Amino acid sequence: MIEIDDVSVDLGGARVIDGVSAEVSDAGVVGLVGPNGAGKTTLLRAVAGLVAYHGTIRVAGTPASATHRRTTARLVAYVPQRPVLPPAMLVGDYVLLGRSPHHSYFGADTRHDRRVVAEVLDRLDLAPLARRPLGQVSGGEAQRAVLGRALAQQAPVLLMDEPTASLDLGHGQLVLELADELRRERSLSVLCALHDLTLAAQYADRLIVMSGGRVVARGKPAEVLTVASLASVFEASVEIFTGRDGVVVAPVRPRSPREGSPLTAAQRAGACVGVRSPAGTGGGVR
Amino acid sequence: MSEGPRGAAGEMQPTRLHALHVVTGVAFLLAAGLGALLVGPAGIPPDQVLAQVASRIPFIPIHSHLSATADVVVWQLRMPRIVLGGIVGAMLALAGASYQGVFHNPLADPYLLGVASGAGLGATVAVVELPHLRGLGFDPLPLAAFVGAIVAVGATIALGRTRERARDATSLVLGGVAVGAFLAAAQTFLLQRDTPVLQEVYTWILGGLSTAGWSEVELVLPYVGVAATVLILCRRLLDVLSVGDDEAGSLGVHADRVRLAVVAAATLGTAAVVSVSGLIGFVGIIVPHTIRLVLGPSYQRILPLSVLFGAGFLIAADVLARTVLSPGEIPLGVVTAFLGAPFFLVVLRQSRRLAG
Repeated sequence: MIEIDDVSVDLGGARVIDGVSAEVSDAGVVGLVGPNGAGKTTLLRAVAGLVAYHGTIRVAGTPASATHRRTTARLVAYVPQRPVLPPAMLVGDYVLLGRSPHHSYFGADTRHDRRVVAEVLDRLDLAPLARRPLGQVSGGEAQRAVLGRALAQQAPVLLMDEPTASLDLGHGQLVLELADELRRERSLSVLCALHDLTLAAQYADRLIVMSGGRVVARGKPAEVLTVASLASVFEASVEIFTGRDGVVVAPVRPRSPREGSPLTAAQRAGACVGVRSPAGTGGGVR
Repeated sequence: MSEGPRGAAGEMQPTRLHALHVVTGVAFLLAAGLGALLVGPAGIPPDQVLAQVASRIPFIPIHSHLSATADVVVWQLRMPRIVLGGIVGAMLALAGASYQGVFHNPLADPYLLGVASGAGLGATVAVVELPHLRGLGFDPLPLAAFVGAIVAVGATIALGRTRERARDATSLVLGGVAVGAFLAAAQTFLLQRDTPVLQEVYTWILGGLSTAGWSEVELVLPYVGVAATVLILCRRLLDVLSVGDDEAGSLGVHADRVRLAVVAAATLGTAAVVSVSGLIGFVGIIVPHTIRLVLGPSYQRILPLSVLFGAGFLIAADVLARTVLSPGEIPLGVVTAFLGAPFFLVVLRQSRRLAG
């Protein structure tokens, strides 16, 4: 469980997080959404203990600021947006780094650590790649290795910063499905920043919308993701559909490509129909 | 590599130092040491040298028939030179490997943060300003070089601090560049004013073990012992640091604290060996990189093996330094570069071919 109470962060003299409060329950997934520069990454870094903050953050009931970094790392696992992947390091050795918070400072890995890593590698289908260098695996496999490193920490809290950013649609879904399964299996509290609002709506129980370092909306995806709120927060033009697994957010052009005037609702509907037409039937968006 | 991902008991098999690596390193070191012991301008027959060495080993009933002069050559000239060469080579290779780890920079060497210029200035001050101390039976050069090296790195650490982050890698390296340039300028200024000492100072700068004796070994051993212990203890932490300071922090490791401990230990050891051997270049880069190219990036292998191969490499280089132009000597730094550069290029090409 994560409790964030009135947290503010100053970086370089500027306030980048301003009085944010949030809560993630055990086995809950909260999605952090918001435009670039909203403070999502900084909030995640504050929870991970990587940036100084005012206010209170409790992880599993323990005030994060009162614990040593190693203790924090046993409570919080962090998947950064652009992880450093040393190209010559083997996948297995990389996942083993996740056991670091469980060692004494100058200590070495134990048999238990190696068993935990073997189990994680198996769970993520990484065992056949364990002795392959990170520079020789695909983007999706590398992202699974990063997730594996976080799981090896055996922390009750998992923070993910744009875990699908460098992946194509299918691999992005695979990683989020995997994270969702693991969350259920291990009762992880997950706080995840996502740019893709549809993925955020489908994988998170609740969403927190941030803008300018503040929380501007929170609630269930269907309550939070509205045409009006997204126009106001993202300055984006979207259509919102209700799909099988929740809200689908589709960006649409705010102006007609030909006349340069705002599109009418009918024109937008036509564009959507056009996209759905089979290839080669001349139904594409013009 | 043929090892599977899992051991017999369902354990992941991490990249670790194997007994075979250690045996190879020890064999290389012993071979270099033996070669250095047997070869020299004194022309003592190898079997007599071996018999002399064996006679000093307890419980081996062999008696040496070497003359007193030959005995001095073996025990007071060759042996301390071999031991000191081993210590210097091990320390430089270990410090270079550690610096490459904490600064994420493949070109980092033990002199990165100003050890070379600090020691150089110290040596110059000793030669130019304190020559009268030699008349009193005290050579101020090693002490001055040691103090100069420590002061230079201390200044780099103090000046390299930034407001946002206490001691991040880039600001430390930039601090080292500034301090190094300043001290090198001061050294040049002193030398310009007193050109007759140029050769003496430059001979020291190019490095060598020609003055090696047991007293130098005793002098550097405590510093190198402490430094090597700290650095080898940090080998797992250096692997964690390879994912960057931020991610190391999320894995519970204070990157800046580890960096400071490594820099302090590496500086202490490097300053000690530089004070008796001068500035021997290339060992700190070539030895760790050769190990890295052959055995991969894990510091759990690179650091311990740098000790063995660094020691063996410098002992072997010193054999060439004192035999190629015998009875004259080539500066050891020149030999390490002459030997090291082509060998390193061969290893680099081979590793690319294997990777490709």
